[in-house]
Amino acid sequence: MLNPIQVLSSDITSLSLEPEPFASYTEADIISTVEFNHTGELLATGDKGGRVVIFQREPECKTEPYSQGEYNVYSTFQSHEPEFDYLKSLEIEEKINKIRWLPQQNAAHFLLSTNDKTIKLWKVSERDKRPEGYNLKDEEGRIKDLSTVTSLQVPVLKPMDLMVEVSPRRVFANAHTYHVNSISVNSDHETYMSADDLRINLWHLGITDRSFNIVDIKPVNMEDLTEVITAAEFHPHHCNLLVYSSSKGTLRLCDMREAALCDKHSKLFEEPEDPSNRSFFSEIISSVSDVKFSHSGRYLLTRDYLTAKVWDLNMENKPLEIYQVHDYLRSKLCSLYENDCIFDKFECAWNGSDSVIMTGAYNNFFRMFDRNTKRDVTLEASRESSKPRAVLKPRRVCQGGKRRKDDISVDSLDFTKKILHTAWHPTENIIAIAATNNLYIFQDKLNQEMHG
Amino acid sequence: MFPKGTKRKFSDSGDEPAVGGEDMNQPSSVAVRMLSSYSLQRQALLDMSLIKLQLCHMLVEPNLCRSVLIANTVRQIQEEMTQDGTWQIMTQALSAANAAAQCSAERLVATEVLCRQTEAAQGEQVPKPFPAVGSEGCPAEEEEEVVVEEEEEGEGGVTMSTVSSQAPTTYLPGTFGMDPCWEEETEEDEDSEECGSGSEEGDSDRLVEDSRTAEQVFGTFEIKNPAPSPDPALEELFSDVDASYYDLDTVLTGIQSVPKMGPYDLLESLSSHGPSPLSSSTSCRSDLNELDHIMEIIVGS
Repeated sequence: MLNPIQVLSSDITSLSLEPEPFASYTEADIISTVEFNHTGELLATGDKGGRVVIFQREPECKTEPYSQGEYNVYSTFQSHEPEFDYLKSLEIEEKINKIRWLPQQNAAHFLLSTNDKTIKLWKVSERDKRPEGYNLKDEEGRIKDLSTVTSLQVPVLKPMDLMVEVSPRRVFANAHTYHVNSISVNSDHETYMSADDLRINLWHLGITDRSFNIVDIKPVNMEDLTEVITAAEFHPHHCNLLVYSSSKGTLRLCDMREAALCDKHSKLFEEPEDPSNRSFFSEIISSVSDVKFSHSGRYLLTRDYLTAKVWDLNMENKPLEIYQVHDYLRSKLCSLYENDCIFDKFECAWNGSDSVIMTGAYNNFFRMFDRNTKRDVTLEASRESSKPRAVLKPRRVCQGGKRRKDDISVDSLDFTKKILHTAWHPTENIIAIAATNNLYIFQDKLNQEMHG
Repeated sequence: MFPKGTKRKFSDSGDEPAVGGEDMNQPSSVAVRMLSSYSLQRQALLDMSLIKLQLCHMLVEPNLCRSVLIANTVRQIQEEMTQDGTWQIMTQALSAANAAAQCSAERLVATEVLCRQTEAAQGEQVPKPFPAVGSEGCPAEEEEEVVVEEEEEGEGGVTMSTVSSQAPTTYLPGTFGMDPCWEEETEEDEDSEECGSGSEEGDSDRLVEDSRTAEQVFGTFEIKNPAPSPDPALEELFSDVDASYYDLDTVLTGIQSVPKMGPYDLLESLSSHGPSPLSSSTSCRSDLNELDHIMEIIVGS
């Protein structure tokens, strides 16, 4: 399943206008979230500056086989602006924490984007025709002199250059005291949830002035706070089930049918601690940074600092599979604690058939694990290795001992180059990797050849 | 407190059976050094964590998850140190330092070292075992040598999570900006109290080492079973100190509440990067008042 990966689109630095190799970027250009829509035709990215960029896949074209399937910029808009909380005298960042697409129901596309405090519903629609032949207005829109109007005409729709219009349809504000880390659209297509550090709220997509609190782990005394919510997601098929992860490494499955307030979990997934590996950093590295249901709804994928784990919903006492992402960092935890890297939140992703999982690491490396063959690969997302059509070369991190050519030693890893956000096309083997301010889109080489 | 050169008996602490110091040294000197290295590293981790908690009052609201994880780490260290008896010693010394005459500024120089930002984690990790609290930071005892783990052997990178089994004998006064006269200072009477408590800690370490196997010491940074039991003596010691700024609540949410005792009181002693606030309670107070004032502005209440 882990076929050679090829660069599909050359790295898209749409957020940086300067040509290579002098391209520099501001902090606002750092990509903070990546998400394919349900068909994979559209890919949305959010950045620290509050902007959303949507890419669209070009339809396949027989006459130009090499340009098919590439993703090009479809629309760019400013989703969130920086705000100031006057009560606490603190800034509210405009950074887009998450984007989630709604399933498409008509010609328009809808997506939810959120920063720390406010969730917005955006409508993305195309306009490729415009009406011409008004009776009361002329072509430029000026009101006609009525005396010149001698006959009635019916306006007709004439084709025009494609225009993508984006408009905010709903603003869901003032429901979160703490920072929103997750949003998830329910399978009923009517509701969605937003989760912050201590609470999860349930919204109706059409109602902005009310939300229901379904999980609340805030202690009466904030001094007693020892655990926070780190991620949450709805089950892909069962609209009553949701899962949320915590900073203590636990997962809780909640059933909304049981009670209005889902503080009591239906299932608690927790791996027993390994006493031989215990250290002062054990809790920190066990904190779950991302949780994703499999497409089948049968499994859960979680990411903590050093590993990715697959859980079976039917087995609570331990994960089904554990994948070491970068175990060589285990002896470096103190340094990583000092420079705060130990708090980095890596995301994880399933492929369309739930057979391969993917997650990011440092040095612009990302890892893929095949659950069936148990093979894994480390790849790098960098300009040098990402010329169009180039095939990515597997990388290796060596920890001493035999060192092959092109191996990277643990000490030369660049911890400022971290791949936190990755996304996998819902059906095809196309992946989107966000490396700081650059977006890389890679695809399975076989996939390309089949279509070529 | 203890005259120079006398082997200290541990019976004073009352926790452990008294054991003659001489017998311990020969067979397990390496383990002893490992142990003191462990407690030094643990102290450094504690200091680092407290500073991280303190530095998170920026313009943007601090990351709650990060704050909670750091606070939990501080709690774990505190619980283990309470079990060790180290905690009580340290807080006693703190109160002594508060009440007594000045602490020299050199003892607190390590705060600069602790606050140093590292861009890349690798390559420059030099553990900083010298805590900012003067009393606790008496690693240079007469018969003991400081264990300093340095970056060695390529991927090695010994950090706090593993304790190297190599013979540890490097004492690097220059690295930590400590005066070579540190040793002389510890012999002075007026400072001997603080150093004495440090030595007590060394003693307690030596004996606690009985209950730990060498394996535990050589292995990853171990935590003992936490036995949370708030020490009434501790609370009494700090009852006169306004620790409201350093409340966990404040740290986590930027909102003041009722002052509470506990590990966060240490933040007070580590609060400045410059000359010691411990030197006089008045400067301590003015610092706290200033911080309170700033907190009020931030909270806006």
